[in-house]
Parts: sequence; structure tokens; C-alpha cells
Amino acid sequence: MKSHYLAATAAACLTLSMTQGAQAEDLTLCWAAWDPANALVELSKEFEAQSGHKMTFEFVPWTNFADRMLNELNSGGKLCDLMIGDSQWIGAGAESGHYIKLNDFFDANGISMSDFVPATVTGYSEWPKGTPNYWALPAFGDVVGWTYRKDWFARPEIQAAFKEKTGRDLTPPATFAELKEVAEFFQGREIDGKTVYGASIYTERGSEGITMGVMDVLYSFGFKYDNPDKPYDMEGFVNSPGAVEGLEFYKALYDCCTPPGASNSYMGEGIDAYKSGQVALQMNFAFTWPGFEVDPNVGGGKTGYLVNPAGPTGERFAQLGGQGISVVSYSEKQDAALEYIKWFAQPEVQQKWWSMGGFSALRSVVEDPAFAASQPYAQTYLDSMAIVKDFWAEPAYASLLQASQKRFHDYVVAGEGTAKEALDGLVQDWTEVFQDEGKL
Amino acid sequence: MSAWSVTEPSARSKGIAAVLVILYTVITLLPLVWIIATGFKTGPDSISYPPKVIFQPSLEGYVNLFTDRTRATPEQLAAMPPPENFVDEIVQRRGEVITQPSKFGERFLNSVIIGFGSTFLSIFLGTLAAYAFSRFRVPLKDDLLFFILSTRMMPPIAVAIPIFLMFRQLGLSDTHLGMILLYTGVNISLAVWLLKGFIDEIPREYEEAALIDGYTRLQAFRKVVLPQAATGIASTAIFCLIFAWNEYAFAFLLTSGTAQTAPPFIPTIFGVGGKDWPAVAAGATLFLLPVMIFTILLRKHLLRGITFGAVRK
Amino acid sequence: MADTPIDRLARATPSSLARRVRGLSDRAIAWVFVTPTILLLLAINIFPLIWTVRLSFTNFAANKPNAEVKWVGLRNYTRILTDPDIWQTMQATAHFLFWTLLFQVVIGFSLAWLINRKFRGNDLLTTLIVLPMMLSPAVVGNFWTFLYEPQIGLFNYAVEFFTGIPASSFSMLGSVTLAPWSIVIADTWMWTPFVMLICLAGLRSIPDYIYEAAEVDRASKWRQFWTMTVPMVLPFLMLAVLFRGIENFKMFDLVVQLTGGGPGSTTLLTSIELKREAFEKWRTGYSSAYAIILFVTVFGLASIYVKALNKVKER
Repeated sequence: MKSHYLAATAAACLTLSMTQGAQAEDLTLCWAAWDPANALVELSKEFEAQSGHKMTFEFVPWTNFADRMLNELNSGGKLCDLMIGDSQWIGAGAESGHYIKLNDFFDANGISMSDFVPATVTGYSEWPKGTPNYWALPAFGDVVGWTYRKDWFARPEIQAAFKEKTGRDLTPPATFAELKEVAEFFQGREIDGKTVYGASIYTERGSEGITMGVMDVLYSFGFKYDNPDKPYDMEGFVNSPGAVEGLEFYKALYDCCTPPGASNSYMGEGIDAYKSGQVALQMNFAFTWPGFEVDPNVGGGKTGYLVNPAGPTGERFAQLGGQGISVVSYSEKQDAALEYIKWFAQPEVQQKWWSMGGFSALRSVVEDPAFAASQPYAQTYLDSMAIVKDFWAEPAYASLLQASQKRFHDYVVAGEGTAKEALDGLVQDWTEVFQDEGKL
Repeated sequence: MSAWSVTEPSARSKGIAAVLVILYTVITLLPLVWIIATGFKTGPDSISYPPKVIFQPSLEGYVNLFTDRTRATPEQLAAMPPPENFVDEIVQRRGEVITQPSKFGERFLNSVIIGFGSTFLSIFLGTLAAYAFSRFRVPLKDDLLFFILSTRMMPPIAVAIPIFLMFRQLGLSDTHLGMILLYTGVNISLAVWLLKGFIDEIPREYEEAALIDGYTRLQAFRKVVLPQAATGIASTAIFCLIFAWNEYAFAFLLTSGTAQTAPPFIPTIFGVGGKDWPAVAAGATLFLLPVMIFTILLRKHLLRGITFGAVRK
Repeated sequence: MADTPIDRLARATPSSLARRVRGLSDRAIAWVFVTPTILLLLAINIFPLIWTVRLSFTNFAANKPNAEVKWVGLRNYTRILTDPDIWQTMQATAHFLFWTLLFQVVIGFSLAWLINRKFRGNDLLTTLIVLPMMLSPAVVGNFWTFLYEPQIGLFNYAVEFFTGIPASSFSMLGSVTLAPWSIVIADTWMWTPFVMLICLAGLRSIPDYIYEAAEVDRASKWRQFWTMTVPMVLPFLMLAVLFRGIENFKMFDLVVQLTGGGPGSTTLLTSIELKREAFEKWRTGYSSAYAIILFVTVFGLASIYVKALNKVKER
């Protein structure tokens, strides 16, 4: 009884301070510099009008994003009041005290995590994973999928050539083996007087690119981060025979079917390669899809969207992307920042967010019967979000990522050693990190 | 020099030398010319194959440099009023709307504040110290100077580790003051070194005459030494300014927004949907051009300063 | 001015005495003038160095300020020195150092020698040649990635134009064999002017009468070049090599923009590796040890080199 009373007063105080709006604050939101962020600037104009607060934005390109923003958080900086931080930072955000815990705020304002797509809650909000401790509100759902040139696939002469070469019909690939076959077919082919290539995949070295790409493939080949019964026990899981096969597949795909010079490509390079008509298939996060629909070269029905293909055993997973929005604990304007999250969580705002190209994670938006038909890629997005897995979200995520970036790039792009050696080395590196962390 | 002089090269050897040097100059300037040219290209022109040498100049790169934009939906575009000025026209033609002004202006201003602030401080403190080192006996002078210079052998990243911790403790992370102090600390050893050389060249007799005329030491310093050292001070200042203007590693690691300078910012300029080379080139042009003009205008002092500073060390 | 006995004395006595009588004493002025600089240097240069040494014996991680900090003795150092990766980065650094120095010395000296023919307009050309080294390496390096683009880049196009190798068939930044050369080329473009300027100062320091005397002795131009020009410029050249060597050992901005250490780890210079350890993995203690190792290496190599330089000067 007493605790209820306390909670009620706390809630009352919180809402009171919010409705009063205290004073007009100048809030800074930090995120990556990409299309969704520009859309969020537009969307937030409504919040500025309603609340009287002024929003400023600090956007950093993906390849520098983690670097810059984790540096900012670790330096205890006050630049960002709100942070739309990457999903893997949540462990560090929680344990190092960069983010404030949102449970009480959610309870007081009737925001329920069960209203959001479960994968996004686990992926973007929870730490430790699987416990109801929330450090962010799911802001942008994202997942790796593939796009293909529907218009090329529909051409009779291309279909005939494919049939002749492979003995089967040219269909959007459903397995990785098919995907490679299609990519090999397109590699070096003349289409409309231009040489085109098979596929654009992630190979970026500096931040997280190649890890995201390799993992996206490895999951479906049987890769697991650790022993389900014994956390952090990685021997035989990270370097399982399936995982080795998956990594070999990724290298083979890189060697056979990517455009020349695609040795350091991530989201931006993928977009460029695809839009300029260089490639038939493209691996990329779902956020890129709205841009393709309106593009003069590949938009208007020329692009098809694919859920990540299945592995040799039929297992099918996809790499999670996306972010939650958090309040930075060093901010002096936390009340106003929470006000923003409260505004952002409203169903109408989320609906509008989706219509502007923001991938909402609110169930009432994505489970709406009209959702699947609202955009050509909507169903693919939904199906993909159902099979996601994410990279380590441990506080030591940066070290874990550094290790995989090096191992994967050295093997896939630079061609050093074998896949088995790369993954054995990775087990070693990761074990060392966890030992340093005191978790092993 | 007489026509007989054996050290005067022949006209033919001069001619050959001139041709070779001109050739090198053209090649070495090509990347710089390309930066400036790319700034005036449209997106498609900038990535055309083969590279376009002749093109229709456009201000698109500069418009993109100063604005953040997002893709407009067809309905939005249809509902938009006709463009009022060339900026709106360029943006609308690409099917985009401006969401807010970009950060480039702020970052450029940060570069100006931090660059001039640290230069002023380096020169102020450096001139005083150089005078003292030049005219008085300071204990352990030579060892001190050598040790100060040797700390410049540390990679900036190595220095940045403790500075990062120190700034975090003192609340100096991502502040103008922090960056000004840091750049001053890095510049001052070279500034003292150069300035001491310039002051050493001023005959002591001038001051002593002034002292005998009833000036105090400070007055003599201000009225006799400073005017004499003005040229040296100016060229040292240019070096400090160029260092602070161009510095990347510290700015990259120790600033994130409020005090971020242009060098870490320019490579992160991004368009709608992909890398926007004309905008990057436009930013680079605006940032590099002042230094280029400076170099050409002040070439006498600068070139002398470089050799002087290096050879003295 | 009051004509006190002291004033009269002051004017009549040598300046050293006068200084003591009027205003602040020299000693005081010296201290007032030097102290702020010393304090700043202590704060920005010396204190951090000492702190780095201290941190290098701990397991401190800057992203976990609340975690317990333990003394680990020499473990960071042994770990670094037994890690095969450090030799890989040292190798990449050595490759970069060797070739940039070689190219810059050869091209820089040749240019200086040509410019020293004193043809008309040589000072304007010198200024134009110097331009690249005055510019921000990060901004310029970033733009070089555009020049190196396989399809659309000017560099690849120029190669195709002169050699016929198709521009799209190779990627300077993406290929394991070409990437180490891509950073050498960009650095050479940027810093050759520095070597040139120092050499030019050396050439101009050679008095004319030496050549005149040689001419009287009927020494051939070739002989004059090798027995007089080269030895007299050598100390300058070695100095230029010292500065470029130190700077390129610390190289960060240009290369991080160009390749970021890739592809694989082929251009992973020590500074870039250090940045990863310190500001991405946040292994502060470990990277402090790394920093100290680098510092000692540069300092050691530079000291040996300076000794050699002094020998050359004495000759």
C-alpha cells in the first residue's frame, strides 16, 4: 500500500514537472548520420512545437559513430542529452553508468515494453539480457537483409541464360548456395552495355562492417557465440565445423562475386554500388530500403527485398541492427530528455515515424493489418525481425568487435590463413577478453 | 656577378631545370586543383567515368555543405512552394528538403577560435620565456630545452591517453579552453625554440643602452626587444597557427561536438544516402584555401622559418 | 626625473648593476617570464608522461572508472613484446618509413638541386611546390581516398592513361599488395617539399668560391657534385631525414584517413594500433605500456642517429 502511494506521488511529481515543462531546454540528440536521422529531425519539429524545447542534433557517420560516441560517453561528456546508441553498447551503457535506468519512468508513464516487438526489447533495451531492466526505448528496428534487381530477374534473355547455365529457373535466392549461384551468374555480365557484378557485401575494416556481414551468414551455418549451458565457453561453438564452412562461404562469395575494389565497403558503399546499377544483389540493413523505393535508377518496382537466406541445414537467422533511445546520465536536462522519449513512444508519433521511413518497433504499428501492404519491403522487414540474432552486447563489446574485425578481414579480404585458423584465433582473442573482464 | 662566373649555370641547364621543376609543380598541384574543381561539380559529375575535366560548374556542393537535408516524399515535393532562391532550387531539384543548417559553420568557427586562441597564448608565453632563456641564466637551461623538445617524439595518441583522463577529471573534455591549452602546450616548445633564436639575434647593446637611458628591464623589453623581434614573432605565430589549424589526432580524440574543429569533421560530411564528394571537396576548399593563400603571400617568412627551425634544432 | 644619487649612480654604473636597482630584479623577471611556460609544459607534457608510465604497470581501463585498479607489474610489457601482432605493425611501419624516406630524399634533393639552378621564377615555383605540406593531412588524406577510387578516381585514371592498365582493374586502397604503396605515395606527395626546402638551404650554404677553386683545378662537374655538393649538403639531408623519420614514425592522421590500417592489417601503423587499443578497446594500462615502448624506440633510434649526424658534421 505504502509503496503504491510512493510510486503514485513519484509519478505525479514526474508528470507535474513535465506538464509544466519546467523551462524551455535546448536538448541535443546524438545519433548516426544517415537517412533515418534526417527524417527524425523532421519528425521532431512536432515535439518542439508541443513542448517548447528546442532540439539540436549531432549526427556522426556510421564508420565513426561508435568511436566518437563511446569516446564521448567515456569522457563523461555533456554533449548528448539523448543518445540513440547502437544495440551492442547497452551493456557498457548500463554497467558503466552512461545511461539512466528507465524502469520507473516507463511505469510512471504507462509505457509498457510488451507493446514493442520482443526482439527489439531484448536487443535494444535490456541489460542483463533476458531481465526486465530497461536502459532504452526501442527507437529504430533494423536487420540485415538483401535487395535484388527484380527488373533484371524478370528479363527473358537473362532468365534463359541462367537456365542454360545452371539448369534451374532464375528465382530470388532462398538459400546461401542459391545466392552464390545467382551472384556468380551475374558477375561480369553485360547488362544494358555496362559490366555488372554479383553482390555487394560488407567488408569494412575500421568499425564493425565485416563482422556484421560475416555474422549475418555464420548464424545460419550453425555458429553460436557460446555454450548455451555454460556461458562464455566458446570452444566448439564459435569455431564449430558449420561456422568454419560459413566463413569459407563468405570468403568464396567475396572472391567470386563482388565488384572490384569492394574491400572496405559498408552500408554507404553498398547503397552506392546498388543504386549505380553495379550489382544484382546487395546485403544491407533494412534502413536503406525506403531510399531505394524512391530512387530514379532502382526504385518504382525495380527492387525486390529478401529475408536473409537459409544455411545448408535450413537454419535461418539474420543479424540484428537498430537502436534504442537512452537518456545520458551526464546530462543536466534529464527531465526534458525523458519528456522527449515519452512523446516519441506515442502510437501516433510511431505511426508517423514509419511513414517517414523510420522503422518503428511498436507492435501496434507493425501488427496493423495495413502494415504489410504499406510498403513493398514491409513484410520482409517483419519476417526478418522474427529471426534476428545480435553480436555480443557485453560491456567489453568494443574489444570483442576489434578482435573479430581483425580476424575476419585478415582472412576474407587479405587472404591470410584458413577459416579454421581465423575462428580458432577468435576463440583465443575472445577468451582473453573475458578473462580480462573477470568473467572466465 | 660577372659573365665569367663559373658558378652561374648555363642558360641551357637553367632551361632544362625550369622545365622539370614546372612539370613537378603541375603534377603536385593536380590533387589540390582537383579538390577545388570537385567542389563545383554536381554529384553525378563528380563520380563520372572517365573523370570530367570540363563540366558545368554548380554550387550544389556548397549548398550541401551548409545544409542537412532529407529525401522528400512526392507529396511533399508537390506541396512545396516554388523555390525562392537558388539554394531551395538546387535542393528541390534533387528531390530533397532542408531539415536544418549543417554543423560546418560551427566547426569552422571552432577552428578559428582554437587556432587563434592557442596561437596568441603560445606567442605570449613563448616570447616571455624565450626572452628569459636568451638573456638570463636559467638553471638547467639546456637540459630543460632538450627535454621539452624530446617530448614531441611521443606519438600524439600516446599523449592523448593521460590528457583524456586529465580532461575528464577537470571537465575540460570537448571544451574550447581545453583544446587551447593543449595546443599551446604542444606548440610552446617549438615557439620558445624559434623565438629564442630570433631574440638571440638582437644585439644586447640596444637594451643596455635603453637601461642606461633609465628604462626598466620590462620597459626595455617592451619598447626595444619586442619591435625588433616582430618579424620573428610573426613567422612563429604562423607556424603555431598552421599546426593548430591542421591538427587532427587530438581533436579527433578529445572533442566530440561543442569544441570539435574542422579536420575531424570534414571527412565525416555525408549526403543523403551516401558519401557526398562535392560537399566534402567544398568543405576542404574553404578550409585549405586560407592556408594556401597565407603560404603564397607570406612565402619569404614561412620558407625561411621552416629551414631555420629545422636546421637550428 | 629626480636626480637622486642613486639615479646618477645607476646611469654611470654598468648595466648589470642598474638592473638590480630599478624595477624588478632580473632574477624575478626571469622567473616571472619562464614560470607560466614551465607550468604549462609540466601540465601538458611532463605530468602526462609520468602518468603514462604509472598507468603502464596497471590494468586500468578508462571506460570502467569504478573498477578496481590492480598493479600488474611488467605484464603489459611482456604481453606486448611477445605478441606476434606487434611485429606485424612494426613491419608495416618500417616499410612505410623506409620507402617514404627514400623517395622523399631522392625527389626532394633532385628538386632542390634543379631549383638551385636559379632560373627565373624559381621562388614562385618553390612556394607552389611547398603547398601540400602546409595543409591538413587529415582533410587531404580523406580526399586522396577519392583520388584512389578504382572506377572514378583521378589517380587510377592517370595510371590507365599512361600505362594502359584499366582503371577499374586495381584498387590502390583495397589490395593487400598495393595499399602499403598507396600511403607511401600520398605521404611522399605531401612531405617531399620539406626535404626539398632543407636541401635547398644546404645547397645555398655552399659558398661560391669553393666551386670557383674547383673550376681552377679543372675538376669535372661530376666530380664536383660528388666530392663537394653531396658532402656539404649531407648534414642538412640527414637532418631532414631525422625530422621526417620521427614524424612518420608517429604517423596517424594521413594514414588513418586513407586506409584505417587495412586491408587486413597491411597498413596498420603503430599509431593506429595504439589508437585502437587505447580508444576503442579501452585497455588503458596496456596501451600506456605500448606508448612507452614506442617512445623509447623513437628516442633510442633518434639518439643513435643524432650521434651519427654529429660525426658527419665534424668531418
